[in-house]
Amino acid sequence: MNAFTPVAPATKPDDWASDQEVRWCPGCGDYAILKAVQRTMPDIGTARENTVFVSGIGCSSRFPYYMETYGFHTIHGRAPAIATGIKLANPDLDVWIVTGDGDGLSIGGNHMLHLLRRNLDVQLLLFNNEIYGLTKGQYSPTSQIGTKSPTTPFGSVDRPLSPCAFAMGAGARFVARTIDTAQKNMPEVLKRAHAHKGTSFVEIFQNCVVYNDDVFAKFTAKKAAPDNQIWVEHGKPLLFANGAKGLRLDRDHVRLSVIDIVDGDVSQVLLHDETNHLLAQLLVEMPFGEFPKALGVLYCDPAPSFEAEVHVQNERITAGRSGDLGALLSKGQGWDVKPARGPSL
Amino acid sequence: MATAFQTDTTPQPPADNLPHPEAVVVRFAGDSGDGMQLTGGQFTLSTALAGNDLSTFPDFPAEIRAPQGTTFGVSAFQINFGSIDIETAGDEPDVLVAMNPAALKTNIKALRRGGLAIIDSGEFGPRNLAKAGYAVNPLETHELDDWQVMAFDISALTLEAVKPFGLGNKESLRCKNMWTLGLALWMFDRDRAPLVDWLKTKFAKNPVLADANIAALNAGHAYGETAEIGGPLKQYHVDAAEAQPGHYRTITGGESLALGLVAGAHLAGLSMFFGSYPITPASPILHHLARLKEFGVTTFQAEDEIAAICSAIGASYAGQLGVTSSSGPGIALKGEAMGLAIMTELPLVIVNSQRGGPSTGLPTKTEQSDLYQAVYGRNGDAPLVVISARSPTDSFEVAIEACRLATKFMTPVMVLTDGYIANAAEPWRVPDRADYTPFPAHFTEEPEPDGRVLPYARDPETLGRRWIRPGTPGLMHRIGGIEKAIDTGNINYEPANHQAMTDIRKAKIDGVAKFIPAQQVDVGNETGRLVVVGWGSTYGPIRKAVQRARSAGHDVAHVHIRYLWPFPANLGALLKGFDKVLVPEMNTGQLKTMLRDQFLVDARPLNKVSGQPFKIAEIEAAIAEMLK
Repeated sequence: MNAFTPVAPATKPDDWASDQEVRWCPGCGDYAILKAVQRTMPDIGTARENTVFVSGIGCSSRFPYYMETYGFHTIHGRAPAIATGIKLANPDLDVWIVTGDGDGLSIGGNHMLHLLRRNLDVQLLLFNNEIYGLTKGQYSPTSQIGTKSPTTPFGSVDRPLSPCAFAMGAGARFVARTIDTAQKNMPEVLKRAHAHKGTSFVEIFQNCVVYNDDVFAKFTAKKAAPDNQIWVEHGKPLLFANGAKGLRLDRDHVRLSVIDIVDGDVSQVLLHDETNHLLAQLLVEMPFGEFPKALGVLYCDPAPSFEAEVHVQNERITAGRSGDLGALLSKGQGWDVKPARGPSL
Repeated sequence: MATAFQTDTTPQPPADNLPHPEAVVVRFAGDSGDGMQLTGGQFTLSTALAGNDLSTFPDFPAEIRAPQGTTFGVSAFQINFGSIDIETAGDEPDVLVAMNPAALKTNIKALRRGGLAIIDSGEFGPRNLAKAGYAVNPLETHELDDWQVMAFDISALTLEAVKPFGLGNKESLRCKNMWTLGLALWMFDRDRAPLVDWLKTKFAKNPVLADANIAALNAGHAYGETAEIGGPLKQYHVDAAEAQPGHYRTITGGESLALGLVAGAHLAGLSMFFGSYPITPASPILHHLARLKEFGVTTFQAEDEIAAICSAIGASYAGQLGVTSSSGPGIALKGEAMGLAIMTELPLVIVNSQRGGPSTGLPTKTEQSDLYQAVYGRNGDAPLVVISARSPTDSFEVAIEACRLATKFMTPVMVLTDGYIANAAEPWRVPDRADYTPFPAHFTEEPEPDGRVLPYARDPETLGRRWIRPGTPGLMHRIGGIEKAIDTGNINYEPANHQAMTDIRKAKIDGVAKFIPAQQVDVGNETGRLVVVGWGSTYGPIRKAVQRARSAGHDVAHVHIRYLWPFPANLGALLKGFDKVLVPEMNTGQLKTMLRDQFLVDARPLNKVSGQPFKIAEIEAAIAEMLK
């Protein structure tokens, strides 16, 4: 959320679509995300001219071209750094970063770390498809072990990174997860992300139909979804499988465990507390299979945002004064040379 | 008194400590922890206040506190001052102050034969001698016979002077540099009062330290007065130099460049965003600007060099003047982002404080070997403007010019300075804002007359594109690093469009030549037998060498190039008016190659990459050789 939210004229989703032809592969999960974002923007209510989409390089990073807002398609991995300059220069702008697992966590991992640490007030949408799409299918830092790709023909051997665990570790104050096809839930997650002041980290599981099709099917397929997705909600019990299962805290081992709900008794089930950092970490790091995939707003605990702190300090130091350039230039011990020649103090 | 004059019977060299009192070179050398830079800085201030023209050369190790007493831990500060125009820090010192054996060992060869070496003999114990690699004490042999030597126990004299203040031994010895400074002030007939004031301010929270340092300063001064009788130590008076009337101060290149950026942003009517990552020798610019918030300056210490330039690009996109600053290795990291700024045609100032390379190279030593990198060092046909500063005070003017060109042409502009300029100080006549014509930046806030939004529509004269800030209603558009359609800026891969856009980017930068001053001859005539061409910090030694050669009757001229890309439109014709072209550079011949390439002139190189500036004599010798 930006400090300056003028009453913008009402818009429709179509008003947020640019005149540019969308060039993703047919069936790409990016279409669904674009649609969800364009559907959500009218509800958020920021004027289009005050909205900036910034991206790096990769399939996801074409996103800004398709939004009828200001947009900056930058260079590989650097969108967070460019966005930092934009937001510091004009904190009134509503800035969205669109990135992917390669752009945001491999080549741009350092910038991501520092963006989250500083807590710049932006929304960051990380499209995770566990593969490099635009360079034709190489494995990525989120690819599962054993991923076969042109650069790992015998399967990858390095362990993948969990984007949300990385974000939590870097000090993110808002961490959420959703799925490209979750058209009902995604707008809610996006609105929450926008409403949060600070860096809102949103991982979106996005299916790459060409190079990594169905990599998330174990929890996104219609049949698999109920037993393998848990949509968390602040203050509500952590239930899934249509209420037949829940998450309990195993106090002896300080870990979560899955329990069956018998006769609707949820007294053993943990209530979700999105301000609880430890709980969010447990939810983010639950091994899939034994546990469902945690989705929704996993963590939200606002702290002062970077650009706001910078401006607060600027105002405190300057106290509304604007500097006297002449005085600045002649600062320090000086001397005068009189036309008659010869120095004098 | 602990004086220990040489007692051997070899005849002393003639007592010509200062054969040219119109210009004197003094070098202070000591351990990194001895405070030589501070001593040099304060001596510089007193020199400036005495009205002398001056130029300084701080030369310090890359290590912050190298092991005490070692040769690689020696820190030196050289100052050249006089009643005449001073353009360099001096070829060779007339006076060397050596605070320990390592400082003597590493600096004595630089001292002019017959020059005066002032030595703290108190530091010449077996341990320090061994650390410096002296098998025997050079004060007790004939090793120093080529110079006049005044060796006395400065350490003991300092301890005695500060005894009343009850400091510990270590703290007492830290006043040694003030004792030495006091002696130097006496030697050159300087007023101590400004130094006393400075010490009182510096140690306001600890008046005992202030008093001890003042006592040491006074004791050094008194020692000079007493020791004058009969020894090689003499007092000299260097007259004030002729100077244009006005208010003066001393300024280093780093500070001058920072102030120039502030002034440039003001003249453009913009707030400045300075994104940078600490690197030697560029960091002082960031340090200076970080304190100037009331001048509309936002500084951002980024996580790395790439984020530094990217944040500056983001700020320019949002409507501020983005500036980034680094040294060679950092500039290399910024290369891809420079391409983005070229592609998106956003104003951006990139400051490169060059140092010895490649790789980490010589972090604290000077070089001008990033010219190729500045002009050619990016992927694709990626032209930008390159200009260079020639001295600390010139950095101010060059920074303003960079801001002007960046906003007028919507382009990145690289400013080349170097480690020598960044750290060196000289007197500066404080300019008046009225001396500068404002160049207000223009933001597009309306669609084109036909109602279209064309971010890549251009000013027909400069070819600069529209600058449209996010937040401007009705002008939403997308830009990026992919090739742009010639007017809308949308993605466009068509062959003819890429040809046209590449041509425009080149024509825009080439066209800058129409908006910069014609190349002037700095010294000498417009035609002749030999022209010596330079850029950057070699300005001083080249100018002096050419002046001396001309005084000796040689037909030689000096051309100093500020605008390195594009070159001034008349440069080729000017060079062709000379029989020979000599290009002294602190690299292996980069400008020389560019001049050959651009103008087909037979430019000859004179190269030095020792991490030290050129000596006037070295260039004089090359001139003589060329004119044989």
